[in-house]
Amino acid sequence: MTTETLVKVSLTVNGAPREMEVPARRLLSDALRHDLRLTGTHVGCEHGVCGACTVLVDGQPTRSCLVFAVSLEGSEITTVEGCCKPGGAMGPVQQAFQDCHALQCGFCTPGFITTITAYLEENENPSKEEAREAISGNLCRCTGYQNIVAAVQRAAEIKRGDDA
Amino acid sequence: MKPSPFIYHRPGSIEEAVQLLESLGDAGKVLAGGQSLIPLMSMRLAAPANLVDINHLAELDTVEVTDAGVRVGATARHSRVERDQAAYDAIPLLRQALENVAHPTIRNRGTTVGSLVHADPSAEMPAVLAMLDGTVELRSTAGTREVAADEFFLGPMESATRGGEIAVAATFRRPPAGTGSTFVELARRHGDYAMCGVGAMVTTDSDDAITAARVALISVGAGPVLVDLTEAITGSGGGFTDAAVRDLVDAQIDPEDDIHASADYRRNLAHVLTVRALDQARERSVRTRRDERVA
Repeated sequence: MTTETLVKVSLTVNGAPREMEVPARRLLSDALRHDLRLTGTHVGCEHGVCGACTVLVDGQPTRSCLVFAVSLEGSEITTVEGCCKPGGAMGPVQQAFQDCHALQCGFCTPGFITTITAYLEENENPSKEEAREAISGNLCRCTGYQNIVAAVQRAAEIKRGDDA
Repeated sequence: MKPSPFIYHRPGSIEEAVQLLESLGDAGKVLAGGQSLIPLMSMRLAAPANLVDINHLAELDTVEVTDAGVRVGATARHSRVERDQAAYDAIPLLRQALENVAHPTIRNRGTTVGSLVHADPSAEMPAVLAMLDGTVELRSTAGTREVAADEFFLGPMESATRGGEIAVAATFRRPPAGTGSTFVELARRHGDYAMCGVGAMVTTDSDDAITAARVALISVGAGPVLVDLTEAITGSGGGFTDAAVRDLVDAQIDPEDDIHASADYRRNLAHVLTVRALDQARERSVRTRRDERVA
């Protein structure tokens, strides 16, 4: 077996500079989980349908299974591990998920947390309809979405309180 | 579900990128947003030996609004085009269609020009380019050539882009004054590929009479299916003859059976969605002109 050429990549992940050497074909999802041992990002379908692997690239929700790590040289990545408060307490979206029982098995949750965290930066008081549209790219097989929609609104409420 | 190995290239300029692509020949492929290419690679339906990453070429990340229309650069993300207010004011159909492209998360990375080059028959933006008589600029070491939409989409997943060429930009032309537009589609799941979709543009005059109408349908042919419906306008210009609309659409589309929908069902959707889209586009045309008069 031939050894694949490794490419050096520098990223900022959850505020910390990280360097790694990875094969060009390494998906960001695998780079985060295998190379950086950040296993909060979950890998579901690996072709962009389920949304479980969603992370923020320069603040924008992005499917980490649909980008190569090498292509993101110099980018800032936020994973679910970066969605907490400084010190590690639950962030507003995480708190809202607990308050509203918006997760059951939890597999899809990291993708929801990152997606909603970014969305609340754009819209601080989403309606139910807007909340539904915001999470439309994320699949959950346990809760039936009602509680997740409620959690989007609850997270907005908590965040407004924190920001005030 | 992992791509096969490839050699990664990150050129520092467009010139370097086209030189690389020329030297690589068929073994080279351009990587822009990758929202279609990477899943194809993960499923091993595509295995390019070399990827030429253009994401870092800042000069391609542009949305320019001119008198002629909206020129979108190769690495402008769908989400950027969708949110650009000047682009929306010039051509509302851009945002109307983009809202139907996959999910917001995919639109954050996927590029409008990449979607044109990918030439998926179920994609919205090729239909928009066709409706607006748009063009694609293809750059190679030999220079730049501009290809019109009707010569750009050659078949399913096949565009006129040749080996060694990069689609550096696409220009969508402004619709005539007094035009209303819309994009409607039906998918199994919100954000999924449309079983059928219809973009429509209807132009009315100062008496609210329809003077021109065209639609482009997706997922019912080898590429975007452009249909001029001006012939189906009723005598007074007050509306459309539904049977004539149906006949004109039927003459152009060629839906196929697949796991998502039968050909008959897609044909039925094409009729229903076309009528619905025409109504919406006409209403918007009339409303826009009234608002302009009031203003």
